[in-house]
Amino acid sequence: MSVNFLIHSAKEIQAVIDANASEIEKLDQEIGDGDHIFNVQRGIKLVIELEAVIKDLPMSKALNQIAMKVLSGIGGSSGALFGTLFMTMAKGNDIDNGVDYKKAIEIFADGVEAVKQRGKADVGEKTMMDVLIPVSNCLKKGVEDNKDVKEILKEAIEVAEKAMFSTKDLLATKGRASFLGERAKGHIDPGARSSQLMIKTVCESVLNS
Amino acid sequence: MKKFMNSADDFLKESLQGFGAAHQDIVNCHYDPNFITRATPTKEGKVALISGGGSGHEPMHGGLVGYGMLDAACPGFVFSSPTPDQMLAAAEKVDSGAGVLFIVKNYSGDVMNFQMAAEMMQGPNESVLTNDDVAVEDSSFTTGRRGVAATVVVEKIVGSLAEHGGSLQECKALGDKVNKNSGSMGVAFSSCTVPAAGKPNFDIGDDEMEFGVGIHGEPGRRRDKMKSAQEITNELLEAINEDLKPEANEEILLFVNGMGGTPLTELYLIYDNAKNMLDKKNIKISRSLVGNYCTSLEMQGASITLTKLDEELLKHWDSSVHTAAMRWGV
Repeated sequence: MSVNFLIHSAKEIQAVIDANASEIEKLDQEIGDGDHIFNVQRGIKLVIELEAVIKDLPMSKALNQIAMKVLSGIGGSSGALFGTLFMTMAKGNDIDNGVDYKKAIEIFADGVEAVKQRGKADVGEKTMMDVLIPVSNCLKKGVEDNKDVKEILKEAIEVAEKAMFSTKDLLATKGRASFLGERAKGHIDPGARSSQLMIKTVCESVLNS
Repeated sequence: MKKFMNSADDFLKESLQGFGAAHQDIVNCHYDPNFITRATPTKEGKVALISGGGSGHEPMHGGLVGYGMLDAACPGFVFSSPTPDQMLAAAEKVDSGAGVLFIVKNYSGDVMNFQMAAEMMQGPNESVLTNDDVAVEDSSFTTGRRGVAATVVVEKIVGSLAEHGGSLQECKALGDKVNKNSGSMGVAFSSCTVPAAGKPNFDIGDDEMEFGVGIHGEPGRRRDKMKSAQEITNELLEAINEDLKPEANEEILLFVNGMGGTPLTELYLIYDNAKNMLDKKNIKISRSLVGNYCTSLEMQGASITLTKLDEELLKHWDSSVHTAAMRWGV
């Protein structure tokens, strides 16, 4: 994983998120306040705009710049949570001397753990953690089991999709949707959907490279 | 969508510029990152009060910056939490060395961002988390009750204590106490439109109301058919009373808050109807506040807040205040 890969992925994610924007917005209006898609789109745009600033930086500095930009530029829960994700990844041990897929998975998993602490949300609460935690676990397990990287990524895509759909029947206990009680049931969580799309895009990008 | 705007991108900036220019005797607006401070520096030794939240709730919080209330406010995008860089810049500007008290409404985004700011901050700081909305059940299985209109009451009362030399710990304790002594519940007749979204946040029928609505139009307890003002008022007060349990002859503040799209005429009518009911229960209304203080853009609707008042709270409620939205005793 290089800084160029990060920028390239952000561009691919932008295209995918834009293509699914109205669906995500609708999901959020059903159980949230409708701002999630704008936060995500603004965040991705800001990261892409950082290209000139970060392209020659070491990985830790580039990730830190992304974290601060996302934190200050998005606002809301998304900013704090994605900011925490990148800030934690930036602290990864020895990442300025190259990040292979094992290292990438390790720092991503650390990041997901930090996001879990920040948002105080776990699996089963109808948030993006319903996607991020199982994906992180699946990636870590793949490395432990010495699986081929392509196999790991294919599994992660499947896990993400299944996890995203699983939020439909959940009762929300965190975030805005929690105020709805039973009424949130029957709707996919918008944060789970946007995270799933991002994970799918990044994994496919590696698979196709 | 019909709104006074030139472009969604400039909406917040132009509104802030107008606010700053209109009230330049009281506030200073700072940009990139956005925050509002008093026009005069914090006096030495005074605890600095900083609040913030998504925009769209005006006059909260910018309109509450000034003598006797806040030292700074951090406006986020419409209905989106402000960010740690805003809070840190505001804190640096207004901290006089006595510490910073953050006043935060209990919404996930606000809580997380203020928490990150508190972690990154060097100097002493504390936070008061408001969660007065009785519409939402408070349990370990939910994000918990929302912080809504009572935040205005917290800011007024703690603002007075800070002005009169209260320490950081004392200000925090009083803020927690006011919050605990308060209960609110709101109802909405119409939705509201976030400028960047361009369409209403939720659908609601002509004959319907959202009972227990939050301050972003997010749903509350239930969707109901329209009822008379007295019936709606009674139901709101019953829900608050059930939670707050004011005793007969206890003194309270009755705060009727407009959500932005309901005229004062109707807010005073609600006040009358609320008084009818509270009189019957022998609850003594000793202070009042009626108006649009904690709004949801152009939403039609209102909330009622009751705060139980003791001598200390009464004293700090009555003390002088000079902000864009609240001004008395000066």
